[in-house]
Formats: sequence, structure tokens, C-alpha cells
Amino acid sequence: MHNYTIAELIKGLQNKEFSSVELTQHFLDRISQLNDNYNAVITITGEQALTAAALADKRLASGDAPAMCGVPILHKDIFCTDGVRTSCGSKMLDNFVPPYNATVVENFARDGAVMLGKTNMDEFAMGSSNETSFYGPVKNPWATDSVPGGSSGGSAAAIAARLAPGATATDTGGSIRQPAALCGISGLKPTYGRVSRWGMIAFASSLDQAGPMARTAEDCAIMLNCMASFDEKDSTSVEQSVPDYTASLGNSVKGLKIGIPKEYFSEGLHPGTELAVREALAELEAQGAKLVDISLPSSDLSVPAYYVIAPAEASANLSRFDGVKYGYRCENPKDLQDMYCRSRSEGFGEEVQRRILIGTYCLSAGYYDAYYGKAQQVRQLIQQDFSEAFKSVDLIMGPTCPSPAFKFGAKGDDPVAMYLEDIYTIATNLAGLPGMSVPCGMVEEKPVGLQIIGNYFDEARMLNVAHQFQQITDWHHQAPEAV
Amino acid sequence: MNWETVIGLEVHVQLATKTKIFSAASTTFGATPNTQACAIDLAMPGTLPVLNKQAVNYAIMFGLAIDAEICQESVFERKNYFYPDLPKGYQTTQLEKPIVGRGSVTIQLADGTEKAIRIHHAHLEEDAGKSTHEGDLPYGMSGVDLNRAGTPLIEIVSEPDMRSAEEAIAFAKKLHSIVTSIKICDGEMSQGSMRFDVNVSVRPAGSSTLGIRTETKNLNSYKFMEEAIEREVERQIDLIEDGGTVAQETRLYNGDTKVAKSMRSKEEANDYRYFPCPDLLPVLVSDETIEELRQALPELPDARQNRFVSQYALSDYDSAIIASDSNMSAFFETVAKDSNNPKLAANWVMGELSGSLNNAGLGFTESPVSAKQLAGMVVRIADNSISGKMAKQVFEAMWQGEGTADEIIESKGLKQVSDSGALEKIVVDVLAANAVMVEDFINSDESKRKKKLGGFMGQIMKASKGQANPQQVNQILLQKLNELL
Repeated sequence: MHNYTIAELIKGLQNKEFSSVELTQHFLDRISQLNDNYNAVITITGEQALTAAALADKRLASGDAPAMCGVPILHKDIFCTDGVRTSCGSKMLDNFVPPYNATVVENFARDGAVMLGKTNMDEFAMGSSNETSFYGPVKNPWATDSVPGGSSGGSAAAIAARLAPGATATDTGGSIRQPAALCGISGLKPTYGRVSRWGMIAFASSLDQAGPMARTAEDCAIMLNCMASFDEKDSTSVEQSVPDYTASLGNSVKGLKIGIPKEYFSEGLHPGTELAVREALAELEAQGAKLVDISLPSSDLSVPAYYVIAPAEASANLSRFDGVKYGYRCENPKDLQDMYCRSRSEGFGEEVQRRILIGTYCLSAGYYDAYYGKAQQVRQLIQQDFSEAFKSVDLIMGPTCPSPAFKFGAKGDDPVAMYLEDIYTIATNLAGLPGMSVPCGMVEEKPVGLQIIGNYFDEARMLNVAHQFQQITDWHHQAPEAV
Repeated sequence: MNWETVIGLEVHVQLATKTKIFSAASTTFGATPNTQACAIDLAMPGTLPVLNKQAVNYAIMFGLAIDAEICQESVFERKNYFYPDLPKGYQTTQLEKPIVGRGSVTIQLADGTEKAIRIHHAHLEEDAGKSTHEGDLPYGMSGVDLNRAGTPLIEIVSEPDMRSAEEAIAFAKKLHSIVTSIKICDGEMSQGSMRFDVNVSVRPAGSSTLGIRTETKNLNSYKFMEEAIEREVERQIDLIEDGGTVAQETRLYNGDTKVAKSMRSKEEANDYRYFPCPDLLPVLVSDETIEELRQALPELPDARQNRFVSQYALSDYDSAIIASDSNMSAFFETVAKDSNNPKLAANWVMGELSGSLNNAGLGFTESPVSAKQLAGMVVRIADNSISGKMAKQVFEAMWQGEGTADEIIESKGLKQVSDSGALEKIVVDVLAANAVMVEDFINSDESKRKKKLGGFMGQIMKASKGQANPQQVNQILLQKLNELL
């Protein structure tokens, strides 16, 4: 059952080939047998899952169950879950049990999806390797000496290891697409504002966006149908109707204009990755798509701009973790200052502290204009690059990340090398555009991701093309040997 | 040397919305600590602010009331600092693009002159919670109450246009009058609904450069404000005259101990690292919204004052006092209309009623004597049914809940005797019974007779059980005594 896609599981459930309780038990068993190998899941909600599954079975029996009814999934531990610890991968929130659900969690519950547990992640979503989690690193199921990518590494690894057919994730600078690429699965970061951020612990509010991870584009479409919603509780959520993302999956790619930015095939790109991506583009061309060379001239500014804006926002977003109201508080504080300093120094890991310091510095009097002000200008340039490009092309494609999964510790001492992991993904967050990664090849026996960038709210077209690509390739069906 | 005082005010006004500026929690004052703080107010992870439109409308109404520019695209920013009663570690406020731009408020001074005080801007922001260091807390512990956290405020920032404590108080009172008249604030100063930060500096008279200022924060009564300003002016002048310089600093004034102390110096000031809040969109205000709010704006105190003069023929002084308080104005207008005697109505509302309410710590909306009741009594004074002295008794009885003026006049038998035949008889009887006094009156010289009249009046009022119309009695008495001379 664990090799079924979500689409197949839905059919199986509706045709009564198996019950949600059976399915849920099967995945719970797999998690308990295999999770130790990957450390992808950090909270298992077995009892709760089986209760939800039994309820889903009743709804299924009644005949008019919503699409996701009875399908087990995992939630990234950045989404608040009522009554279930939500740690955000941090010691700071190791003891935090929210009294409310994130809207994303609520939407899946409404549609009958069954939560199996919560996935590991880089602390406060800050990282590209899942090495910064308080709960230890996640291992890539394709090569357990290598990273799964981050920050949604737990979700990606869990899907690659068939511990769940789908999982929620978030993407601030590539945190859905990069781990999806490194783990050989599909993942979509929607347009900023498409999915509610309510109950999703903020890293950089103007960049954070939740999205689905699954093995196929079709499964991502099914999940996005459930996740996407206008939410009055999130002022940045966009009031726009949600299409049925599965409806247009069968459309032909004939005549589709795909922009190939030259900046995404430059220095630093692994030749094997480049080859796989070029072959994938050729496959689409063979199906009738037209490849158009384009330029996104401000691309090289995206990483520097991002590492000003994201830490600046994070430095404020993380101020609430002060030991006063919830979360970690140091032992025996001498006074208020001591409580603040030690609670935060002891509760936050090194990378989180680094980014808080960078952000605080960038916003400081006398530095604001040179850093934050300038970065906002760059952000506009990047937006202009894309809007210019979308005048002549329907989608933009290129590699998701420069190289396949690297080994643990390989970039640990060099934060900038780690930051460059997201060189191709960050620009879409700065522009607020949707981006996706689908598996498109193997290099050194590790998966490679093809990135698809769409115009605002053009997720349906991205999913359509990704689905068509998956009709003529089988990279998305390949599984790590151990699985 | 002659010194000139320069004062600027920053005024925090709590907006009278039912819910908080970014959450649906109640803003009611005085609840058990932390019972009016929801997940958003507690800054629980993943929670997000949603702007209360009513708060925005109230801010715009204030802008319209002071004839200010309304910013059609204002922006919320984060002001970052750590404090236990600031749950998010930043205050959501406005800096670069406040909702209300430049405006002006006219104050009236005791000598009758008027002065315009310029408003630099007014912005929307959230209030913080409260830290408590006393009460039932274990030794060394502090408590945090987040009920107030997220209460909507406008902060009104004046230009340094005031030159004395009197002007500052007049300005503060005028703002109070405006915000309560347009009903965007309940004006309850004792509950912190309006709080004043006072920026004070001094300079040699005639100088056009500003001296170094200090800011005394969080004053919540006119009395404390006056004291704080006067002490601070004196301190600064003493300091400079002794060869010292004023340090730019933030100060706190304790109204109970009358002691001001330095809270933090300029060097210790926070770098607040403001930046636009990414969780909130810019606040867009359309021309239509501004026009709708302008149309619906309640009458402003200045307009009301002018109307009272023209409509009710009140004096400038009386109308200024009544018009400054919207509840008092409403009360007065009911009494004036129901009694058809605005002058008497004004006297009673400003005099006996205001005094009694003040002593009881009540507002006009809580008055035990209704406007209709008071009007009923004014009618009886005007038609001479009761004397002013009797009216005080009637008022006291109405205050105690003993009924309408007519009911009380009836039950207490207070009706004034104005029948001249009956009065004449009483006067004649009293004169006959006090022959010695009459003799004495006749034998006194002109200047002493006037004094001796009082004695007869007392006897006559006593004989009439206080019900004789004093003016009439006076007339009859003089006539009768003159006949004897």
C-alpha cells in the first residue's frame, strides 16, 4: 500500500479495497520500523490517527466523503496542531503544545485526511540540510550519509522512504523545492498568499509559504486543492477563488513556451545536474513545448537580498520567544536580563542565533538604508525581471538546486556555501511567485530536481506540465533501494 | 534671566472599540488579569494580526476633527524592544506613514485669548500589557497582565507650541473634549484611557533655538501634568542657572510622592529597529470612506460652543464650559429644552448638579437626577412656585430618589407663598409681635436700617415655614416699615 500514490489510495479507499484504519496502521507500522533510519518523523500521533481513520471510514461508508478522506499524511512541525507538541525543530519549543490548529492543518482535517505525526525540520525552518534541528539531522533515504535538504527535509525524506504518501511543508527560500529535489519527490511552493499562514510558525513573514509534498504532481494537485484557501485570519492571504488543480492536469503541453534563464545554468552548477535538467527540457520540447532562452539579470542579487530580508524579519518574529509566556526558560534566572539572555542563548541553536544577529544588525540605526532598504529595492528588481520574462513565456524552468545531496557536515562550517544551495529557488520567494520541483534524473545515484516557476496564481498550469512530464518519465516512481 | 518654557505633548488615546486592534479579544477595563488576552495577544507562535477597521475609522475621525490630512496609504511598522508586557517583542505601530498627518487644535486660555497648537501627526498603534511588581506575588516575582495588550491607541504628537503648564493643560483638556465628543474614546483618565507624555525644555526669553528637552512619561491626570511640568521647568532653570546643562532623558513623575526621577538617558535609549510589518498590508483609505466619516462626524466642541451662544443665549463662559463636555452638553440641552429656560438650566447643570456628580465621582450619564427631573424643577423655579433655597431641598430629595420635583414639592409642602394678601398678613402679624424691633428700626439711622431688615425677614420666613416668596416679602416689608417712619 505504501507504494501507492495519493490518487491511487483515494481510489482504493473509495472502492473499499482497504479501509483508512488499515492504511493508517500500515503507515504507522512503517514509521515505527523505519523512522530510526531517517529521523524524518519527530512526533507520532498513532492513537489520534487511528481515531481519525475510523471516523474517515465512517464518512467513506456514507458515500460522500471529501477527496482526501482517509488518506494519511504528515505535517511539518512548523504547523501548529491543537494538543500536539509543535516544536519547529527547536529546543525553544520542545515543550510547546498549541491550543489551536494551523489553517492548513484545519483544512486537511476538514477533508478527512489523517495526521500520522509531525516531521523533523531545520530549526525554525532555517537551513538547507536539516542539520540544524534540535532533534538531530534527517537522513536522505537515497544515501543515509547525505542530507535530505531543508528545511522541510523531514517531510521530503518521509515521502521518499514511503513513511507517508504526502506531507505538508513550507518554503521561505527553497525549503520545499530543494529537499523535494534532493529526495526525488515532487513539491510545490504556491504563490505567496495562496495558502494561509495562520498557525504556521513564522520565519520570514513576507516570504513564508506553505505547500504540498508528495511523490507525483497529481498528488500535489490533490493536496493543494485542500490546502489553498482564503483565510480572514491571515491578512496577507489572497481573496481569490481556488480552482480544481486536478481538472487541467490532462492538458497538452503543445505550444507551451518555456523560458530557460541563462543565469540558472552558470558557474557552480553540477554538470550531471545540468545534463539531467537539459534532458528533461528536451523531453518537454519533444512533446511540443517551445524552449525560449531568457535572462533574469538580477538573479545574482537574490541571495544577498534574501539574507538581509529574511533574517531581518526573523529577528523580529523570533523576539516572542523570550522565556516569559511559553517555551524554554533558563534555570534560576538572576534577573530579567539574565532570563532573556540565557533563555534565548540556550533555547536557540547556532544558525538561528546567527540569523537573529544578522537581522538585528541589518535593521540597526545607521545600517537600515544600506541593508534592508537596499534589499527591498533589489526585491523590486527581481520582481521586474520575472514580470518582464512572463510577457514572453508561460513558465520558467531550470535546476532546483546546483548539485545533488551533499554529505553531512560538508557545508557545516561555511554558512555562505550553505546559503548558495538556494541560489535558484530564492528569487521566486522574493517575487512571491509559485515554484515547483519534480524529479528529473539521477546523478551519483542521487535524485535531481527540475524547477518549474510559474506566474502568479498559475499553479494549475505548473501542475499540468509537471503531470504531463511525469506521464513520459518515471523518475517520480523510483524508490531508494532500502525502501 | 527670563526663561521661556517650551512644551510638546505626546498623547496616547485608547480607542473605544469593543475588541482589540489586531484580535477579537475584549477591551473592557478591569477584568481579572489575563482573561482578556487571546492567542494573538499572547503572541503565541503562528498567530497573525487582523486589523480592526473600527480603530482605523476612529483614527480618521480624529484626523477630520482636527482638520488634518488623512494618509490614504498608511503603514504599520514593528518597533522592536524586549519587555515582559510586550508579548511579541515588538510593538506594532506607525512611523514613516502615520494615518493622520498635520492638523491643528485651538485652545482657549483663562484670559479669553485663543491659540492654535499644531499637531505634527497622529498614528495608530497597540497598547502594551502591564507588569506588576506588588500584590499577591511571591517574593521577588513579577506578574504580567496582558488584558491591555493590543488595545487600540492613537498617539497624538503635537509640535512644541505650548509655553506654559496652563497651555499644556488647556491643550490636554481640549483633546479630551474632542475625542469624547466624537466618541472615539471614553475619556476615563483614571483608567488610563488618555495618557500624556510631556516634553519640556527652557530657553532664554526671545531665543528661537530650542533647549535640550526631557520627556516625562505616562501622566494620567491634569493635576499631575501641571505639577510635573512646573517642577521640571524649575529643575531645568535651576540646573542651567547653576552652570549645569539639561541631560536629554526620559523621566517618570510619581503623582503620589511628587517626586520625578530619571528613567533612562539618551545613551541608554533603545534602537527600535523599525521596519514595515510584513503581516499587515498597507492601510488603504478611500475618498468615499473619508467623506462618509466626515458626514457622520458628531458635532465638535467649538461648533457646539458657538451654537450654545446663538441658540440658547448663554454667555461665552458658560457655553465654553458646557460645550467642552459632550455628556454635560447633552444633559444641558435636554434640561434647557424641557424647561424652556436655558439660563437657569445652565446654572443648575454647571452648579449644583456638576458639584454633586463630582463629589459622588459620577459622570453625567450616571446622574441620579435625570435631565427630565431637573427640567421639571427648573420650571417650578421659573414660575416662582419655589424659591432658590427650596430648589436646593428639592434637588437633594430628587438626588435621594424621592420622585419628581412636583411630587417632592407636594409631599414636603414646599410650595412658595406668592399670594400678596396672605403675605401682607404675615408681615403685619410679625411686625405687631415684634414691637421692640420695630421701635429700634425706627430709631436707627438710615445706614443701620438696611442691616436690621434681615432680622424681620428671618422672622417672616420662619412664620411662613420658609414658603414665603422672599422678593415679595421684601417689597411688602419695606412698604409697611416706610409707612411707620
